[in-house]
Amino acid sequence: MTPRKKTVLEFTLNGEPRALLCEPQQTLLAVLRDELHLTGTKEGCGNGNCGACNVLLDGVLVNSCLILALEVQGRGVLTVEGLARPDGTLHPLQQAFLDHAALQCGICTPGFLLSAKALLDENPTPTESQVRYWLAGNLCRCTGYDKIVRAVLDVARSQSAAHATPPPVSPA
Amino acid sequence: MQAFDYHPVTSVSEAVALLAQGSAGACLLNGGTDLLAQLKEGRRTAAHVVDLKRIPELAEFRLPPEGGAWVGAAVTCRTLSRQAGWRNRFPGLHDATHLIGGVQIQGRATVAGNLCNASPAADSVPALVVHGARVHLAGPAGRRIVPVAGFCLGPGRTVLARDEMVVALEIPPLPAEFGAAYLRFTPRNEMDIAVAGAAVAVDLDGEGSHYRSVRVALGAVGPTVIEVERITARLAGRPVAEVSFDEIAALARAAARPITDMRGTSAQRQHLAGVLTVRALRLAISRARRTQAASPTGDYL
Repeated sequence: MTPRKKTVLEFTLNGEPRALLCEPQQTLLAVLRDELHLTGTKEGCGNGNCGACNVLLDGVLVNSCLILALEVQGRGVLTVEGLARPDGTLHPLQQAFLDHAALQCGICTPGFLLSAKALLDENPTPTESQVRYWLAGNLCRCTGYDKIVRAVLDVARSQSAAHATPPPVSPA
Repeated sequence: MQAFDYHPVTSVSEAVALLAQGSAGACLLNGGTDLLAQLKEGRRTAAHVVDLKRIPELAEFRLPPEGGAWVGAAVTCRTLSRQAGWRNRFPGLHDATHLIGGVQIQGRATVAGNLCNASPAADSVPALVVHGARVHLAGPAGRRIVPVAGFCLGPGRTVLARDEMVVALEIPPLPAEFGAAYLRFTPRNEMDIAVAGAAVAVDLDGEGSHYRSVRVALGAVGPTVIEVERITARLAGRPVAEVSFDEIAALARAAARPITDMRGTSAQRQHLAGVLTVRALRLAISRARRTQAASPTGDYL
């Protein structure tokens, strides 16, 4: 068997190709925070219960604390740093969390934002029950969840209203 | 986390060779939701971690035209939930596979991993048992097939030899008047581990008035899933209206062998075994009669 050594990890992070050396036992969360210094992704429990470390892996919601960094070789990862536009315009979910005061201490917020994005990507018009079930893997000690749920439902409503508006008819 | 070598293998034979070569120091990494937590907490040690997710054969999911299903070992619970064919044809399995952990756990977790972890409270195992599911294994000597009902030997222990791995789960074609359901009790609706669980499968006659056969499997009330053979024997060939649900609940309670732990007392679990068996039976009957297809908790995810 090959001796233990650092391995080159190449993947796409928030749309940008990245390459770095990492150790086999490093989690994706550790590489994001300690090697790439993207500290938006948080470590809460470290064992898949709290959702603070949630990221999207090829569009699928996952706990980055329960993934070895080398497992994302050649794949695409989206973290909270990739949500806003490059010009700084916030993602509609980020804006809604501010508008609804859906955070206090903020440590759970990046995970909630990624979970909510994954939900709306798959189901743009969720019911309140669907939102609550989908977010059950994200823990928050401050808000009591209600403001978070309202923020997500608000984004869903405004996005579906935008889609429901018929596109302007182009002149023949 | 402890240091180890990482092997992203692309074939079953490569994985089996590493297992044979690495003996006790080699661990299989599938969804990783159990393994990585165990390695971090020092509950398991590994010198070699063999990642199975890049093996094409393990990613296969098929619904053959003759019925049944083929679920490759690396197919995630989330992948299953997103397949209409899985939800509609196997609501009794979907009951279990869509409530393991939360969405982010389901994005990684696999049914094969749930089985191999061999937790007494594993949600998918009772449901797999009553569907007559079979496990396809690969080892250095070749392949073999084991019924899910005989796969787990005790908490954390299975029939897998040290150099064997699960390749896929096979669900056999189901009879026309088949219905199944899995229900569990948890203090929290989501992201929780079963205090007790019950899976029931029924095959009814063409009129839906008689049981042809019934299987009941209880979870989290014994070291492994407990099949309630006395219910199977009592109901076979009987009219559905003849045997009271109270009698069936009593048979389920009598079969349960629960312990008291942080999740619940032995007495509560014994009681739950009866309640959940009857509720799952009623749901399985209505599914067999095609009067109710949907999950009782709604399709939340």
